[in-house]
Amino acid sequence: MELAPLLLLLFAFTLAIFLGFELISKVPSQLHTPLMSGSNAISGITIVGALLALNAMEGPAAKWLGFAALVFASINVVGGYMVTDRMLAMFKKKEKGGPAE
Amino acid sequence: MNAVLINLLYIAASILFIFGIKMLGSADTARTGNRLSSVGMLLAVVATLLYLGLDWTMVIGGILLGGMIGAVAATRVKMTGMPELVALFNGFGGLASLLVAAAEYAKLRTSGVDHYLELLEAQSGVTVPAWFVLLAVGLTALVGGITFTGSLVAWGKLSGKLPGKPSLFPGQQFVNIALMVVAAVGVALMVAGGDSPLAFAAGLALVALSLILGVLITVPIGGGDMPVVIALLNSLSGVAAAMAGFIILNNVLVVAGCLVGASGLILTGIMCKAMNRSLGNVLFSGFGATAQAGGGVTGEMKASSVEDAYFVLEAAQSVVIIPGYGMAVAQAQHAVKELAGILEENGAEVRFAIHPVAGRMPGHMNVLLAEADVPYEQLQEMDQVNPVMPTVDVAIVIGANDVVNPAANDDPSSPIYGMPIINAHEAKTVYCLKRGKGAGFSGLENALFFGQNTRMLYGDAKATVSALVAEFGK
Repeated sequence: MELAPLLLLLFAFTLAIFLGFELISKVPSQLHTPLMSGSNAISGITIVGALLALNAMEGPAAKWLGFAALVFASINVVGGYMVTDRMLAMFKKKEKGGPAE
Repeated sequence: MNAVLINLLYIAASILFIFGIKMLGSADTARTGNRLSSVGMLLAVVATLLYLGLDWTMVIGGILLGGMIGAVAATRVKMTGMPELVALFNGFGGLASLLVAAAEYAKLRTSGVDHYLELLEAQSGVTVPAWFVLLAVGLTALVGGITFTGSLVAWGKLSGKLPGKPSLFPGQQFVNIALMVVAAVGVALMVAGGDSPLAFAAGLALVALSLILGVLITVPIGGGDMPVVIALLNSLSGVAAAMAGFIILNNVLVVAGCLVGASGLILTGIMCKAMNRSLGNVLFSGFGATAQAGGGVTGEMKASSVEDAYFVLEAAQSVVIIPGYGMAVAQAQHAVKELAGILEENGAEVRFAIHPVAGRMPGHMNVLLAEADVPYEQLQEMDQVNPVMPTVDVAIVIGANDVVNPAANDDPSSPIYGMPIINAHEAKTVYCLKRGKGAGFSGLENALFFGQNTRMLYGDAKATVSALVAEFGK
């Protein structure tokens, strides 16, 4: 059995964990909520898994489970990005308005 | 060729996620970062659609249905309802991962283990042993299920549909640990059983267990500890996605899920540090369920009137406003902004002091005040405000409690001793807006309310602030 590709996946997994820790060091507190809801939208990446479950050749059980997964993942992705953008738009307005005063 | 293109697009999507998260960490770039990461998501979806043989009716139907629900919820929600909505979205992410695991397991059962592995290899180009896939299915179901019901309980607590008070029953820790052990056995049975009926039963039991565990872990955690829990659940939804990536051997799921898992864990750490408590203490102590009023608080609370407060504020040169969860409950942020504007016109320097765990979600107060158009520069963090606090004429505490309790500084017997607080008690005069005489989330009496220089303004925060504004108008 050829295990090298699997080990590569584990390699990516390990590196991504360390990268995740390094990316965010000090977050100003006004960004805590947007960071959370924005990264929450990214966790909707499971939408890719949902799509792959919707193979036309599959039986009804797998397809309907995949369909349900797709609906919930889409709510997570679309809602998450939109709500984060709405929040950040409010912050943005202030930064532009601030110096003008 | 197709597979190469798909994987190149996945790499591009991962890069966009990495930059997106990085940019979300700084104020100037946050919005661009969020948009970059949404482009990454679009790329990942488009790339996946290049796989041949998808059922297009279901694909389009599912995306449209979910997308519309998400879009409507995101546009309609009020800023005060933000914590609940984020918790709910997070739960849906966990549920989606759980369902992906279920769908893959259904495939495995209908086509048989060997054939399933062949299909998987054809799709992903990676050969894996059966135990690996089954282990990934079990872990995804476990983490996804806990994320789902845990987030639902958090949603219930945040929206007031469930009591915010922590509830513990005797031996709950033991029950949780026992359930975890049983869940581990369930995963082992799945791995050993493959597509046998026994493994299927173990899988169903595992799903039920994970859903129960999510509830049991979250229910004992009180409202004031919610910022920690939400950040942790956020991290778990990422872990669930990464685990789902191991089932279908998909790089972009593994990488993106890990990034979210790690960044969520960092946020969890920040929240814990702001309360001077360990994650274990937050999760397992049922803090607030058992805490009794700390001794040593003497004196009485001195009630005051809006008129008196007006005279003091009218003469004040510098004012610090300290908002807490009570401001969110009363939806007083617009009235507070109005008051701040009037005070500034009156010649006072006005600052807002924001404690990292004020409210029920990380950054809760910042979102509310931003909605009310409070200038960004006026919002200050604890470390900026505390050094100047003794020079401040008036501190107005609006619905905050534990985060201004001086017992955290000087009473070693207090359960919150050591937690960094905003030193409101050092201001020359303190006005505390409060609904009634009850204790805060921690169940502690607040020494600040009994201070010599403290005056209480009882009643609905919004009504009180509006009355103050009206006084200035006279």
